[in-house]
Amino acid sequence: MAEKYTFKDFKSNQEVRWCPGCGDHGVLAALQRALPMVCEARNYTREQFVMVSGIGCSSRLPYYLDTYGFHSIHGRALPIATGIKVANPHLSVWVSTGDGDSLAIGGNHFIHAIRRNIDINVILFNNRIYGLTKGQYSPTSKFGMITKTSPYGTVEHPFNPGSLVLGAKGTFFARSLDTELQLNEEIMVEAARHDGTSVMEMLTNCVIFNNGTHADITDREVRADRTILLRHGEKMIFGKNRDKGLVLDGRQLKVVTIGQDGVTEDDILVHDAHNPDLGLHTMLAEMKYPEYPVALGVIRAVRDLTYDDCIIEQFEKVKATSRIQSMDDLLHSGATWEV
Amino acid sequence: MQHKVLDAKDVVIRFAGDSGDGMQLTGSLFANTSAVYGNSLSTFPDFPAEIRAPKGTVSGVSGFQVHIGSTDVRTPGDFCDLLVAMNPAALKVSAHWVKRTGMILVNQDAFDDASLLKAGFTKNPFEELGVQDRDIIIVPVSSLTGTSLRGSALDNKSIDKCKNMFVLGMACYIFSRPLDYLYEYIETKFGKKHPEMVYPNKKVLFDGFNYAANLQMVPNTYHIAPAPLEKGTYRNITGNQATAWGLMAAAEKAGLQLFCGSYPITPATSILEELAIYKSLNVKTMQAEDEIAGICTAIGAAYAGSLAVTTTSGPGLALKSEALGLAVMAELPLVVVDVQRAGPSTGIPTKTEQTDLNQILYGRNGECPVAVIAPHSPSDCFDAAFYAAKTALEHMVPVVVASEGFLGNGSEPWRIPSMKDYPAIKPPFVSGELPEGGFKPFERDPETLARKWAVPGLKDFEHRIGGLEKDHNGVLSSAPLNHDLMVRERAEKIERIAASIPLLAVDGPAEGGLLVVGWGGTYGHIFSAVDEVRAEGKPVSFAHFEWINPLPANTAEVLRRFDKVLVCELNSGHFAAWLRIKFPDLQILQCNKVQGQPFLVGEIVEAIHKAEEE
Repeated sequence: MAEKYTFKDFKSNQEVRWCPGCGDHGVLAALQRALPMVCEARNYTREQFVMVSGIGCSSRLPYYLDTYGFHSIHGRALPIATGIKVANPHLSVWVSTGDGDSLAIGGNHFIHAIRRNIDINVILFNNRIYGLTKGQYSPTSKFGMITKTSPYGTVEHPFNPGSLVLGAKGTFFARSLDTELQLNEEIMVEAARHDGTSVMEMLTNCVIFNNGTHADITDREVRADRTILLRHGEKMIFGKNRDKGLVLDGRQLKVVTIGQDGVTEDDILVHDAHNPDLGLHTMLAEMKYPEYPVALGVIRAVRDLTYDDCIIEQFEKVKATSRIQSMDDLLHSGATWEV
Repeated sequence: MQHKVLDAKDVVIRFAGDSGDGMQLTGSLFANTSAVYGNSLSTFPDFPAEIRAPKGTVSGVSGFQVHIGSTDVRTPGDFCDLLVAMNPAALKVSAHWVKRTGMILVNQDAFDDASLLKAGFTKNPFEELGVQDRDIIIVPVSSLTGTSLRGSALDNKSIDKCKNMFVLGMACYIFSRPLDYLYEYIETKFGKKHPEMVYPNKKVLFDGFNYAANLQMVPNTYHIAPAPLEKGTYRNITGNQATAWGLMAAAEKAGLQLFCGSYPITPATSILEELAIYKSLNVKTMQAEDEIAGICTAIGAAYAGSLAVTTTSGPGLALKSEALGLAVMAELPLVVVDVQRAGPSTGIPTKTEQTDLNQILYGRNGECPVAVIAPHSPSDCFDAAFYAAKTALEHMVPVVVASEGFLGNGSEPWRIPSMKDYPAIKPPFVSGELPEGGFKPFERDPETLARKWAVPGLKDFEHRIGGLEKDHNGVLSSAPLNHDLMVRERAEKIERIAASIPLLAVDGPAEGGLLVVGWGGTYGHIFSAVDEVRAEGKPVSFAHFEWINPLPANTAEVLRRFDKVLVCELNSGHFAAWLRIKFPDLQILQCNKVQGQPFLVGEIVEAIHKAEEE
């Protein structure tokens, strides 16, 4: 029987040093609230959690969580987390990373962790800027954005993290906003329930260097019309008046208004996060404002073999059948001779 | 002509041919046969980086040298008594390694005009190379192999592939090797998967042996008596295999799982390959997406309580350097194996050097010391890896094993040890009870300065580590004096390892004029050179370093008993500089070679003579 925890059990005694108003505070709060639920859902105890991070503002998170934690080096949280999980699959391994940490310097590890589908939960704080180094463009900065290293505007095309995850055949991808406390708790619990690499993109606001970068979709007045919350098994309906929806028009998604041009609620697509086919999930993950609402929630959650399970299975099988069970067995195996 | 069997103390044979001619296999089979026969031996595979370089070209020549003897053989030998050259290119590359009194056996069928031209010969190749006065044995190996297998079901290509067995048979006759081991090997190797290859290989081997015997192509044959080896059960082992096994042995002694995260790189790859086999010995391996991920997965596994290892070569170590610094800072046990090769950059990947020492000692940002151990022979890689792991685990530090391509690929007979002769390994795990005031991750053992190891999953010991400077309590700190203290403690922690490593031993007089010093894989060559100089009646002493950092506790005392110290190494003087930093009062001379090749004994003899005169 798992212990009962509250969010207080996951608060460390360290002073949180993010800027006042930083979006990261909200994500941390959601995580501290989600972890007791994760314990219940998966029968974990607190000491089974390991939070790994790289470098950047978001990577400070392990200090603020009263679990085992490893604040590593820039871009390398994923391989370190992978090593932890492979070494001890009984641990619940989480990664806290940013857009620079995981998509620039750590981009290689990002796609390979996903390709392997190792059972770790990745919270990707996407504020589209390098905050800790004080304001340079990141791999998710908008084309043309003026920063300290792009005084005339960047001439680089940004990554959409969702496209990368699904391009690497990821099994779990969710997106949310830093301020959506309850949704984030839900997503985090879902991610923990998912066996495999779960990537949660959190659109966070950097009040100092990139204030309002997501404002075009996150502002209270426009949020309902410019985002869509996807829930498995539910219609893809959005809008302040819940009158807009998504349909397939040929091979493309199309925004329609229910009640107009003969569109009824029956025409609206139903979200199937568990469908292994990547096509629709990719289209959903790639929806951009103003053509489309930005998709939030769990966009994809499909079952597949996990790296850690496969390793353990092979490991146990060889252990059970090998004739070599000790070093002395090995030393005397094969061709030997007496002198 | 009266045929004689002459007794020889030792002989050197070099097999050379195209990359696809099977010379590595031929050489190792000759070595294994000799090992089973009871000889002492040392091997040197010398091959190109290309898997199949253009046929018949000088760049595609693959060589395997083996030195067998009735006394203690310590090196693969400078020059050979028999060179087997399967084509003109092989002759061109290897002819200058043949002793004045040596023999050259060539495959006549491969010496057609086109092949001669491809190797750059215009007239008689032996005259062009100035080796016409050697005993030259010209044998149509390819056609004889064809004749041997006439009527067999094999196609011509497969028949031609057996020609290495013909020359192996001839070599076995010339050096009086029995064929039984080789028959057994062929049966085991082909018996199950390719039973159709068993008979042809045995037949060609047998025919090669008898051809040499019947045609009396060599005036004399040689007998190399078994060496007076210590009694016991023996096996052949390469350095990389021994490294893998030493690591597994340490994991067994520590009662821990072994985790290896690595990325393939010449000449280290076979360690990962070897470890990947033995899951039954509690080994998990990961072929990571790059060198950095290799070491980072290992660091993660170390944090999670495994004996963690990453294996690489120079360019890979360069990529790992930031993460190695993290392991130093986080004070986690980690073994990094660097099988050194010729650099810089990609350099000459299949050739040996000791040119990574500076990188290993200094190649990180900040004050970042690591422990360093260097094996001195292929089989010694077992002990070096074992003690590297023991040290890493008991002192909570990264340890670099500075191996070399020469050791990793080289092989020698090894008296199989018993695991009961190796010490227990006791990592400083936290005891189950939480100390008063909570767990302090960087509180140190008063003797070793090692911190305690609290592994995730253990209740109440939740803590955070990482690359940022911390105080003993594990709290982030940028306080100047705390940083100063932690820097000194991390350095002191490495120094204190000296209390648990063997003292430096001197072979020869304990004091005098000249002390010859080496480290790593040059051991055999230096020792042989010192023996040669002693045979001239000159007293000379020799000390070989296994531990580079820390140095053995008595190093200063030992070195100061000599007027001069001659440091021999396969780089421009890295270890000599290391000694100068530590002991600026010593007169240190250098003997260096940076050619991607091991020393020749003769080169060191010359350096010793020169040093004595200086």
